[in-house]
Amino acid sequence: MTVDVLTDRPAPVHSPRRSGPRRSRDNLAGWGFASPALFLIAAFGLVPVVWSLVLSFQSNDLSGTSGWVGLANYRQLAKDPLFTDSIRRTLVYTALFVPITVVGALLLAAALNRKIRFIGFYRTAVFIPVVTSTVATAFVFNLLLDPDYGLVNSGLSKVSLPTQGFFADPSEALYAILAMTVWGWIGFGVIIYLAALQAVPQELLEAAQLDGCSAWTSFWRVQVPQLAPATTFLVVWLSINALQLFDEIYVTTKGGPVHATTVVVYYLYQQAFQFFHGGYAAAIAYVLFLAILAITLVELRVSRRWVDQ
Amino acid sequence: MTTAGPVTTASVVRVQPRRRGSRRPSAWHLVLLPVALIMLAPLIWMLVTSVSTLAESRHFPPRLPSSIHWENYREALTAAPFGRWLVNSTVVSAACVLSNLVFCSLAAYAFARMRFRGSNVAFVLMLATLMVPFQVVMIPTLLVMKDLHLVDSLAALALPNLATPFGVFLLRQFFLSMPQDIEEAAKVDGAGRLRTLFQIVLPLMGPPLATLSVLTFLNVWNDFLWPLIVIQTPSHMTLQLGLASLQGDHLTKYPLLMAASLMSQLPVLLAFLLAQRFFIRSIATSGIK
Repeated sequence: MTVDVLTDRPAPVHSPRRSGPRRSRDNLAGWGFASPALFLIAAFGLVPVVWSLVLSFQSNDLSGTSGWVGLANYRQLAKDPLFTDSIRRTLVYTALFVPITVVGALLLAAALNRKIRFIGFYRTAVFIPVVTSTVATAFVFNLLLDPDYGLVNSGLSKVSLPTQGFFADPSEALYAILAMTVWGWIGFGVIIYLAALQAVPQELLEAAQLDGCSAWTSFWRVQVPQLAPATTFLVVWLSINALQLFDEIYVTTKGGPVHATTVVVYYLYQQAFQFFHGGYAAAIAYVLFLAILAITLVELRVSRRWVDQ
Repeated sequence: MTTAGPVTTASVVRVQPRRRGSRRPSAWHLVLLPVALIMLAPLIWMLVTSVSTLAESRHFPPRLPSSIHWENYREALTAAPFGRWLVNSTVVSAACVLSNLVFCSLAAYAFARMRFRGSNVAFVLMLATLMVPFQVVMIPTLLVMKDLHLVDSLAALALPNLATPFGVFLLRQFFLSMPQDIEEAAKVDGAGRLRTLFQIVLPLMGPPLATLSVLTFLNVWNDFLWPLIVIQTPSHMTLQLGLASLQGDHLTKYPLLMAASLMSQLPVLLAFLLAQRFFIRSIATSGIK
């Protein structure tokens, strides 16, 4: 369904030829029915998009004072090392998060797609993090990864490995965030893949079995290619969410230590709501918007080529 | 219900007639059991810590509590206006669910069944807003709330979520896939558009309407960034925001934080466990987390 959201062009709803009175009644009723929702969507979706673009050409302290600065915000962004670093971090995070979650979810879904004892329990265990809020997730990972008395460090020291700083260590914090978000999102991937696996025609698998394919070969050669639409959707959707990473950072590291987890949206948040650089923050938001669009388009194109082969 | 129990086992035996006469447990358990434990470990540890004393939660290596301290829950409830946050989250989520059901149904029905001037343009523009990340619209939306003097109010939390393009789009797809005969019959009987929609069509749309409800609810209930920037007063916070605000005061009071986290998760977790199949189907149609 959501794949449709991304690509669907709405079919023309009507054939234009219709007689007079009937048509005008539809005009009135149509707009009457649609306008409450359309008004709300315009007010809180469409208008702010344009307004945000205008803001990005202004200096604006978000409390009434504003002035036109042209492209100055964008020019400054290009020279702002904190911004370029935040982009680099966001891309590193996305480049790890998406493949790990997609491949992990694929393997897990394949393992969970069988009728064995306790399968309901296994599936529930994998799904529960999906409905766990990011705040609660972040709290419990703070506890598990606590450098001084966390469960994970205790496990490490039990097998005589050195204990780690995790969220407190600038070189590890982003990877700790990565582990936490993979835990939170992998069940979502499993849900999508399980739904898709159930749609793979049974005859294909039986044919592969008759041809003497091992379970392993038939999984990679028969099932995985059939899952291509689900994979495309997951890659696109997970990338969009990864590029907008914020909640988990806010609750665990607040962008630290020493900017180690200051991703783009966290930097945007700081600029807008801690330093009140509304125009600058709007420019960051627009760069993010364009980056998301560009990355999505590239992913869709690559997936099309890969599927066609 | 859906977790393993006598019911599941019985159905498995029925579905899979014993093949090759073997009753040996599947080797997949060796893979799936550790995975399930890893996925559940954070939540189990949350529960364990929530009934430990502060000293036990700071013990290294960590260990199980010597006795169960339910008083952490009582303390968490008195340390913060939890009841208030629960009410706020419930009111805002319920308002958004209800208004989405009404407004999105009306608009979706118009787009699916009526011919009106400008409908295609309006529909495309509406779909375009689906692709805009929230970060782009949040600053102007905050300025709008300032102009309306709604900053720091529950209304500010609900307003931007009262009707969603996703909801309109989802319902329109279902309306389109529905046969029109029944509506034609209703028209012949003299029912107006509004009556046809509410008395004939919507009662047949149970599953998609329920899906929209679940998704809207999860979305608003778990929302964080918007409440964070638009709410300041603790008594106006949602459960998620209030929970996050506890962290500063009780930085290392983990038992309290964990008790609070578990309580904040309870309504959604219970609903999920009771209606898992349904949640799963809804999430699969949307891509919402």
